[in-house]
Amino acid sequence: MAVLSFVEIADGKIKKASVEAAYYGSKVAESLGTDSIALVIGEAPADLLATLGQVGVKKVVQANNARFNSFDSKLYTKIVAQAAAESGATVVVLSFNNNGKLLAPRLSVKLKAGYVPGAVELPVFNGNTAVVKKNVFSGKASAEYQVATDVKVISVNPNSLPPIKGTASAEVVQITPTVADTDFTTVVKGVDKITGTIPLTEAELVVSAGRGLKGPENWGMIEELARDMGAATACSRAVADVDWRPHHEHVGQTGLTIRPNLYIAVGISGAIQHLAGVNGSKVIVVINTDPEAPFFKAADYGIVGDAFQVVPKLIEEYMKFKNAH
Amino acid sequence: MKILVPISKVPDTTSKIAFIENNTKFNPDGVTFIMNPTDEWYALVRAIELKEKQGGEVVVIHVGGAETEQIIRKALAIGADKAVRVDADPTDAYFVATQIANHAKTENYDLIITGKETIDYNSFEIGGMVAELLDIPAVALVSKLEVENGVATLKREIEGGTETVEVKLPLLVGAEKDLAVARIPNMKGIMSARTKPLTVVAAAGTDKLTTVVNYALPEKAKQCKYVSPDNVGELVRLLHEEAKVI
Ligand SMILES: Cc1cc2nc3c(=O)[nH]c(=O)nc-3n(C[C@H](O)[C@H](O)[C@H](O)COP(=O)(O)OP(=O)(O)OC[C@H]3O[C@@H](n4cnc5c(N)ncnc54)[C@H](O)[C@@H]3O)c2cc1C
Ligand SMILES: Nc1ncnc2c1ncn2[C@@H]1O[C@H](COP(=O)(O)O)[C@@H](O)[C@H]1O
Repeated sequence: MAVLSFVEIADGKIKKASVEAAYYGSKVAESLGTDSIALVIGEAPADLLATLGQVGVKKVVQANNARFNSFDSKLYTKIVAQAAAESGATVVVLSFNNNGKLLAPRLSVKLKAGYVPGAVELPVFNGNTAVVKKNVFSGKASAEYQVATDVKVISVNPNSLPPIKGTASAEVVQITPTVADTDFTTVVKGVDKITGTIPLTEAELVVSAGRGLKGPENWGMIEELARDMGAATACSRAVADVDWRPHHEHVGQTGLTIRPNLYIAVGISGAIQHLAGVNGSKVIVVINTDPEAPFFKAADYGIVGDAFQVVPKLIEEYMKFKNAH
Repeated sequence: MKILVPISKVPDTTSKIAFIENNTKFNPDGVTFIMNPTDEWYALVRAIELKEKQGGEVVVIHVGGAETEQIIRKALAIGADKAVRVDADPTDAYFVATQIANHAKTENYDLIITGKETIDYNSFEIGGMVAELLDIPAVALVSKLEVENGVATLKREIEGGTETVEVKLPLLVGAEKDLAVARIPNMKGIMSARTKPLTVVAAAGTDKLTTVVNYALPEKAKQCKYVSPDNVGELVRLLHEEAKVI
């Protein structure tokens, strides 16, 4: 028996969401009294992988081959399924991130395993049955999925279970999966990265603004606040639609769904379609001139005031705080 | 090119969310159901655009009860050529995926385009499952899709950017925003939708892999704590000492 987590490397680092998945896997392994094993597909330095020991991983199995470097859902499904079988995994954990979202349901079919997409808590076991909580209706409710299959697949919603790190180091071993040429289906032609910014879906702090800012020329203070805080920037659809901000920043029903620890909304009314993308945030701060703005109903902290006065003050106060800590 | 578009039915975003039968079922009373937005705006429209350019056929499939026929007719009015409804009350994602895959196995589709995820369960389970059941490649979160000589060029979302990939057909695609511009059905479309074929087929039995045993609403509505705009330092203090997020 074992718990196997699928871990991804990007830009020479272990993806933050993958560290969380590995930590989640270790916690599950702990409750089942088995080992936490992580799987890495493709090239990566062994000393980097050994750091997974810090989140409780005992052994990292790596298919260290340049042919496997880029994500291919069909190929990866085959490799993860083999590693799961070889390690005798009863639970396979992935991140509910861009690749995990597609890989996990494929694995569910391949392993005939019940699948819980986007878990927000650790599973509760009762014998062979696990109950796992996830958010539904865009964060307006939660659901408990019961899984009774021998093998279970769980993908973890980013930012759900902050890892507590130790100092242990994981053993790294190589595996050679059996694959055929026909398993390689996806050829990468190019990558277009938005450089210098924190990926919105991975950010712990997010500063977001909407039509209340009056025009794209006024975003300087939002970007400054975000930079000072180490936060990502986001926006409402209304401002992305008129090209004040790039579309990849837009959150909500038709944009990204995020779950940061802190979401600061400046000059955003809080329409239900916007809330759908940010409801899962741990703490929401709303800054809006209109005390009746619906966003205040979803907020933990609110300032009824003019963004053009409040945001510069917030930058000033934040810097005071930062310098004192 | 033959394209299959699986469409789902979801409660309108503004619906009141409530549960019945000891919190094991969604309460559909007074709820307006719509076609899942990414299915309608992006998956379906891109399929129709590809057909208009290269010829072929767009088939929509829905797994669900007769009450959804209005939504299926809307898909036909927007421009799908025919529709299949697998008559069932879906039990889990694996059940739905199996029905779609069973149909696809008999028809040799070049492309299957699903939505990004449904706005009720927020999962994207069906697409990956169908692809694996058919043993075909799949790409999710796709914002651009072109097909030429049996090869698709796609742009997909990755953390902090996009990636362009090439994949041979047959292929399953999960549609994301920007893949197409939504179309509103016109009068001609609505008229012709009435006579387009809608076939109802029986569902095949499958294993049940998951069961929702309980739904819950958030404990209580949030209480907003107000801070004066003249005392912004207090907000910083609260975020640090009380909320502990900075
Ligand atoms: C099917 C559908 C899907 C949608 N999907 C999305 C989505 O994914 N994401 C999304 O965001 N929206 C979405 N929308 C649009 C959504 O309904 C709202 O229209 C949009 O979120 C409004 O953007 P906003 O809050 O920036 O603008 P507004 O609603 O115009 O709000 C501006 C706010 O700024 C405040 N304000 C004005 N001046 C100041 C100032 N000086 N200082 C501080 N505050 C000020 C105002 O009081 C107001 O509350 C969708 C709509 C539909 C119909
Ligand atoms: N009952 C259904 N019938 C047909 N297609 C569906 C059904 N449910 C979901 N889908 C398709 O699968 C996609 C992902 O849904 P889900 O996995 O439920 O988030 C949707 O966008 C639809 O394209």
